[in-house]
Amino acid sequence: MSSKRKLRKLILMSLALALVIFAAGCKKKAPAPPPPPPPPPPTQPQQTTPAAPRITQFTADPESIQRGQSSTLRWEVSGETNSVSIDQGIGAVQAAGNRRVFPTDSTTYTLTASGPGGSVTARATINVSAPPPPPPPAQPTVKQPFPEALSSQVQDAYFDYDKSDIRADARDTLTKDAAALKSILADYPNARVVVEGHCDERGSAEYNLGLGDRRATSAKEFLVQLGVPADRLTTISYGKERPVCTEHDESCWQKNRRAHFAPGQ
Amino acid sequence: MKKFFWLLPIALPLLLVLARQDSSAQDIKGIITETGRVAIALPDLRGSGAAQNWMQAFNDTLWGDISSSGVVKMVPKTMYPTTVPQQPSDFREPPPPTPEPTRGRRHKQTELVTPPTGGGLWISDWSGPPVNANYLAFGYTAVQNDVLVLSGWLYDLSRGTPANAQVLGKRYLASVDEAGARRVAHEFAADILMLLGGKSLYGTRIVFVSNRTAAHNKEIWMMDPDGSNQRQITHYNSLSIEPAISPDGSKIAFASYAKGNPGIFIFSVDPVRQLPFYNQRASVNETPEFTPDGKQILYSSSASGWAQIYIANLDGSGLKRLSSSAAIEVEPKVNPKTGTEIAFVSGRSGPQQIYRMNIDGGDVERLTNGEGEASNPSWNPDGVHLAFSWTRGFAAGNWNIFVMDVASRNLVQLTHSEGRNENPSWAPDGVHIVFQSTRSGTPQIYSMLADGTQVKQLTTQGSNWSPVWGK
Repeated sequence: MSSKRKLRKLILMSLALALVIFAAGCKKKAPAPPPPPPPPPPTQPQQTTPAAPRITQFTADPESIQRGQSSTLRWEVSGETNSVSIDQGIGAVQAAGNRRVFPTDSTTYTLTASGPGGSVTARATINVSAPPPPPPPAQPTVKQPFPEALSSQVQDAYFDYDKSDIRADARDTLTKDAAALKSILADYPNARVVVEGHCDERGSAEYNLGLGDRRATSAKEFLVQLGVPADRLTTISYGKERPVCTEHDESCWQKNRRAHFAPGQ
Repeated sequence: MKKFFWLLPIALPLLLVLARQDSSAQDIKGIITETGRVAIALPDLRGSGAAQNWMQAFNDTLWGDISSSGVVKMVPKTMYPTTVPQQPSDFREPPPPTPEPTRGRRHKQTELVTPPTGGGLWISDWSGPPVNANYLAFGYTAVQNDVLVLSGWLYDLSRGTPANAQVLGKRYLASVDEAGARRVAHEFAADILMLLGGKSLYGTRIVFVSNRTAAHNKEIWMMDPDGSNQRQITHYNSLSIEPAISPDGSKIAFASYAKGNPGIFIFSVDPVRQLPFYNQRASVNETPEFTPDGKQILYSSSASGWAQIYIANLDGSGLKRLSSSAAIEVEPKVNPKTGTEIAFVSGRSGPQQIYRMNIDGGDVERLTNGEGEASNPSWNPDGVHLAFSWTRGFAAGNWNIFVMDVASRNLVQLTHSEGRNENPSWAPDGVHIVFQSTRSGTPQIYSMLADGTQVKQLTTQGSNWSPVWGK
């Protein structure tokens, strides 16, 4: 037993000596080696290991949109990261990527990239403007109110001085009016339309009441021939009592020599 | 001179034409003649006691009524003698040599001057130069028992002596205030004018259209002939237009949108009350007019498709169509003298012109020559002259007032493009015309004598149209 113990002691001592010698020799060359580095990022090899991540891109395209439209955020982060995230409810993302966003108001997005070397942020702003006047006609089934339908879809027909026959341009206008009126009157089965006859200021007021009546009647008869139901149209003459224009020149007079369509009772 | 001979071929026919037009003008001016008018001296009357306060209003009214009558020539007040008689007993025959002071009157200077004549208190002081009057009106006012009393006289100076000269001597009573003073002045003037062949317009009325209550509405209004006492008749808040007055002045007719499409409305004037009228089914019923007997209404209706002339009873019954054309025909006006002839406006030959026809619709004849556009016929009470609006010689819309002698077709133009002049209507005196003009910028109502003189603006509030002068 004692000889075995001596031998084991000797081996241990020699091993320790050898270890000491070896360790001293190594110490002279370099410090103890660190654990192996992590694999380099897929694209570029890292030059300096402890640097913070770098955001090489964070953009919104387009930067200005109308409400309801989308914009695309694009980003790219390089360097060692633990996490990459975008605020405004987007959350964690890959180090590089893109995302369509639909902000309803002007919004600034903040990209935060964190790594062992620290964290960095970048901002991208999307300006959102109100859409053009009414919201897009999302529901085409909603009916326009009757007076609005009439005023927006049915145009005045114009006449020559002291005349009540339908001119070529009035023929075109009234043909379009007839189509519009048929559709509008179908939408509003209880509505009636008053055909108003108007005159310019030159003829006498008394005669013009008769002339405006002829104009209203001519326009009505034309529409009825094109299939607008006669019992839905009434006429009234305003002569020169209700001008739309009060200048004393032909351009104004022409505006007043008209058949106009108004909601009836 | 010689070098102008080449003008003769041009100038001669021109002169002939001018001479011809002048003579035709003369025909019309028979209504209003400058020559042959009697000259009247109308010195200011004086009042005693409380009556003094209203003498300015009294004298203005008296002078205004007489001077605007168109039948007399006013001798300017600057020509008058300094002493004025106030009653018949003031007249004194001037003593041939040196006259005595004139009865201790208030005018001290006349006592100093010792006139060669009666100094104002004798007929010849007024009938001779420089006054040269044919008539002298005089008098005074006083207050008796809280009543304003006017004592007024008219002397025909051609009769030589005060004893023979009196043609009017009358007492007039009224309230002691400005209205009373104006009233006795109007009544005195009316009596004077009647004796001198004229007619007073006192008590006549002008019906018209005004938008003064709301720019978008037109209501029927009424006023006195001098523009005073303007009062609203309708309150429809609508378009009420084209008034007419019945011959006795008790009713008015007009067209209104008050119930929708324009229709005829009849009102009594005193009290203001709507009377029933049946409107035939039509898109337009307009331009009502009474017949001279006041028993029927003529109007224009589009019942046939074109505005045409109809006649009906005062309540709209007994309807009968008078004209028959495919044209616009409006404004039927019955000749007040004959009652059998209608002047009206028609587009049957093109632009609107004045026509006449028998009251049964026969014998249609155009009165204007087709030039321009014509409208608004109004018969003079004489049944001979027709006033109307015409654009002849001007661009469409530039209306002027003309008077035509219907038998001869001779014409006189009374306005000359001072704004647009329309809707003439003869006064019951047959020498005045009320009309509408834009000469001040907006449509307003004016009166004038039938020779185009004495133009007077009667309205200023809002815009005002379509005057009709009635009893």
